[in-house]
Formats: sequence, structure tokens, C-alpha cells
Amino acid sequence: MTNAKIETSQPEVAYMDAGIELWWNVQNFLFAEADLLDRRCFNEWLEILHPDITYRMPLARNIRRDQIKQSEYTQPGETAWFDEGFQTLSQRVAQINTGIHWAEEPASRVSHLVSNVRVQVPANTVGSPEEVKVHSRFLIYQNRLQTETVLFVGKRADVLRRHEGRWKVLERTIYLDQNVLLAKALTTFF
Amino acid sequence: MRPIEELVQADQGLVRRAIFSDEDIFKQEIKQIFGRAWLFVGHESLVPNPDDYFVSQMGTDSVILTRNRQGQIQVLLNSCSHRGMKLCRYDHGNNRTFTCPYHGWSFSTDGQLVERPGELVGVPGFAKNYMGELDKKSWGLKSVAQIHNYKGTIWATWDPNAPPFEEYVGDMRLYLDSALDHRDGREGGSEVIGGVQKWRVKSNWKMPAENFIGDLYHDISHRSVDVVGIGPSGGRGRRDAMQGRVAIAFKDLGHGLLGNLPHYEEPDYSPMYTAYPEVERYYREVHEKRIQNLGNNMRVKHRVGTIFPNMSFHGWQPRTITVFHPVSATEMEMWRMYLVDSDAPEEVKESARHYFLRYSGPGGMTESDDMENWTGATAASQGDIAQDLYFNYQMGIGHTKPVPELRGAVVSHEFTEENARAYYRRWAQFMQGSSWETMTPTY
Repeated sequence: MTNAKIETSQPEVAYMDAGIELWWNVQNFLFAEADLLDRRCFNEWLEILHPDITYRMPLARNIRRDQIKQSEYTQPGETAWFDEGFQTLSQRVAQINTGIHWAEEPASRVSHLVSNVRVQVPANTVGSPEEVKVHSRFLIYQNRLQTETVLFVGKRADVLRRHEGRWKVLERTIYLDQNVLLAKALTTFF
Repeated sequence: MRPIEELVQADQGLVRRAIFSDEDIFKQEIKQIFGRAWLFVGHESLVPNPDDYFVSQMGTDSVILTRNRQGQIQVLLNSCSHRGMKLCRYDHGNNRTFTCPYHGWSFSTDGQLVERPGELVGVPGFAKNYMGELDKKSWGLKSVAQIHNYKGTIWATWDPNAPPFEEYVGDMRLYLDSALDHRDGREGGSEVIGGVQKWRVKSNWKMPAENFIGDLYHDISHRSVDVVGIGPSGGRGRRDAMQGRVAIAFKDLGHGLLGNLPHYEEPDYSPMYTAYPEVERYYREVHEKRIQNLGNNMRVKHRVGTIFPNMSFHGWQPRTITVFHPVSATEMEMWRMYLVDSDAPEEVKESARHYFLRYSGPGGMTESDDMENWTGATAASQGDIAQDLYFNYQMGIGHTKPVPELRGAVVSHEFTEENARAYYRRWAQFMQGSSWETMTPTY
């Protein structure tokens, strides 16, 4: 009792779970996105990214349990597997489209499985929100050439924002469940 | 195993494919090369504070890079002397002692407590179960034979007879300086951006070492990224404009690089990072300071190169250190760290970091195609017919000139396989178990 802390400050915006309709819509958005990627419609995929997108996949490290929260994953400003914006993502698509990006030529067969989708909206939302937080799990299977097979599994934390009347991905942080990356290259989108 | 002189005929530009796929040869490499050579273990900025440690790798052995309470950096075998358990299973951390999770033996690096780093200090049941009869002094952690901190990079060897590090690198040192020194010419002054990329590649570890030693011929593999353009100034290509490069090989040491010959005057400033005007201004300013700081001193400029056996580095664009840890004859683990001027403004560090990450590493738009080459070449060399063939390294044999300013160095045009020949000549010397006396040149 003597150790009880008195909360003196609140987070800037509290979030609450979205209602079933919004949850349904956002989930469909993610499934449609996965489908675009698996069908290699990369140009169309770019269209659902917000022009100010931050797309980051930090590195996971083995560290003491009491430091996991602060430093299991590298922080913004540190090394990552990816840390980029719209321009680089477009360049990646352009690189695949050259037909001479040998890490994706011949093309990989990829299936993105997305699950455990949770959608949150600011607690003070009245009507439909402009921005939502989305947490999901992914399991991505990649097969290339004859037998080269890779599984990527992890979590995603997204922020979607309405832009010109549609949801767009404004922030995506990809937490891969891997310390030493067991794939030789990262040529798929997450 | 075929005799080494049959596997590598460097003067004829012939290297048998078996050295990239044969497990018996691999086991010999671990002993003869990784057991003797100076190996890159890490950077001091990975262990900035007393008791910090970082788990690294030397050949197939896990090692602990640690800074003790006295500030000294040590490299210890990461395996308990009692029953072999891996002591440090975190990638990095801060510990006063290393305690084994199996039976609780503990080891210290604190120079006030122990005579040598890694000494055994705690044994559960020492009095009761061992009756005090255990010679703790002789059961400490195995320590490397020699360690050297070169401008923040930490190097170690298991061989007490290996020549001093600076002799081992020879005048390749100048090119290492060019990567590690501040852009304004001051000594040292670089730091590693937080986080080390580590990834597995089904390639023999020598493929990238050879690729980075000065193989410009393979540039065709990167045409897709040149077309798209990912350089820090925008437009086509993947770097900013630079002066012509040459290939330089240290023929007695096995190191090599692409870069410029030694010069005494700073070439004119050529704009960099023009996509970020504030950053461009920084590079222009450090260029001016460089002219003042270096005066008429000799200097070099480094693009990319390899220090035998498995450490490569980019010195300019990008600016990185990479290591190829051997796992088996056909698999390696690549590590990469990214370097920036430690006192550069945040914006300069950030633009460099973004550029380096889109260039290098498994997600790098340039490097992703490199791994494709190394794994493809390793796989296609394992067939019964294929593995008995030779690789061809005959480009430019007999077309080199000595470099008077650099001991034992020869220069070729940009496109040559001279550097690879030097690398495999050195590989053969190590594999034959030649003595350091015969392997160390005297100039």
C-alpha cells in the first residue's frame, strides 16, 4: 500500500477497441493488401501507402529480461533491417520491375497470412475516426527457384490514416521474431 | 583432401571449387586460418562502459568481447571451463562476473580481483564438495593470445606467435584509417551506429571476402539498382560521383582493395548528399578542415576492401564494416556494422544511416543481389562434376606495377583479378601451415 504509485499524468490520447464494423473494414483492408503483395501488384500496393509513411523493421536482440521493453528491438535512429519512407519503397518496386533484380528474378512465390487483427481508436472518438492503430501477426512463406524456402513470422504495429477518402498506411513497424536473420535477403514487403 | 598446391595455383589464376564446398578443407581452414590469423572481433563502441560485454565470434568459436572495471578490453572464449556451457547467452549486456547457468562456476575480468581476465573466482561447493581441492588459477576462461585496439576496432588472435597486428595488416592500415578516421582527417573519430545486423547465407565464407577485395567486374549484377538510383544525391547510380579507382593488392599479406593510390594533396571537393542540403554543407565543411588538418601529409581514399581472412569494409559510400563468420563449407553468418563520424550533427548521421541501410545488409537494394551470386555459385559448385573444376582468376595476370609508397603493394587497373590471386596465395600459405617467419615479409 505504501508503494502504490499515484498516476499524475495520463497518456496524451487513450485508445479503445474499435467497434465491429470498423474492425471488419480494417481487417479487410489488411487482407486486400496481402493479396496485392502476393499477386505482385506492387504498383497498386504503393497506392495504399501514405505519402508520409515510415516503414521500419528493427533488429531483435537477446538481452536480459528486465531490459526487454527498452532494448530487445533496436530503436528509431539505430540500425534496422529496413527504415525508410515512400521514396525508397517506390524504388524497391521499380527495382523489381527492371526484371534484372536477380534476388527477385525469377520472382518468389509468396503468401502473406495476416491474423490476430486488433483495431484501436482514440478514446474520445465521435463518429468515424481519421486514424486507427492496428496490431496484427504475420506469417509469410517465400519460395524461390527450386527449394529455397523462408518463413518470416512476427508482429506488426500499424497506424492507418484516412487520406483522400481511403485508409492508407502511415506507420508500419515490423517486429520479426528472429535474432539472426535466417533468410539471405529481404526482398519481400511486410 | 588434395594437396594445397593443387587446389590453389594462384600464379596461373586457378582455384579448385572444392575449397568452396569440401567439409574437410573447411575443418582445416578453421584450424590453420581462424586459429592463427588476426581476426576482427568488434568495435570498442559496442562496449562503452566498464563491465559491458558483447558476444562475438572467432571462426566457429563464440567469444566475449568485454571491458573490465579498469577500462581494458578483453576477448575470452564463451564456454565454461567446467562443462563447456555457453556462458553469455545474451547478445550484449553488463556483468561484473560471468556465471555459468549449468553448475554456477563464475569468472571475473576485474583486474583488482584477479590476476588475469576470465579467472575462475566462484565454484559452488568449493569447500564442501571439492574439499578445497581445485586449482582455480588453472581453470579460468581461455583468453585470446593477443588483442589489439586499432582506432576503436578490436582485433584478436589465438596464436601467441602471430606477428603484431600492425605488421599483419601492413600498409593496408592506411586504407583502414581512411574508413575509421574522421571525414575531416582527424585520427579515429568514428562510431558504430547502434545494432549489428546478423544474417545467415548459404555461401562459402570466402565468396564475399573475394567479392569485397576488389572485384569491380561483378558490377553488372547491380545494374537494377543503378537504373533505379539510390545514391545520396538522387538520380541514377548508387553513390556520388568519385574519382577513378584502382585495384591495389598487398601481395605478401593477402589484403586488397579498390581505392586511390597514395596522394599528398586533397582532390577538389565533389558534392555529396546533395539531396540533403544541410548534410551537403557538412561534407563541404569537413573537406575544408581536411585540407587544413592533413596539410601535405600522404593520404589515401578507400572504397572497399578485405583484410585477410574475413573482414571487409567500405570506406566512403557506404561506410561499413562487415565480417563473414564461417559456419560450414557452404554456410556463413554475415555481420554488418555501420560507421559515422561520432561528432557529426544528427541530420548527417541520419541521412548516412538511411542511405547505408538501403544499400547494404540483407534488405539492401544493392547487397540483396550479392547474396544471390554467392549462394548460387556455392550451390552450383557442389555437383560431382562441377566440384572438380577450377574457377578462373586469370584477368590481368602480369599487368601490375609496384606502388612505391606502400610496402609490398601492386596496383592494377580497376578491373583485375590480381587481388583475388593475392588472397588465395595467402590462403594457401596458411593452409600449408607455413611458419610466421616464412609468411611475414621483411621490408
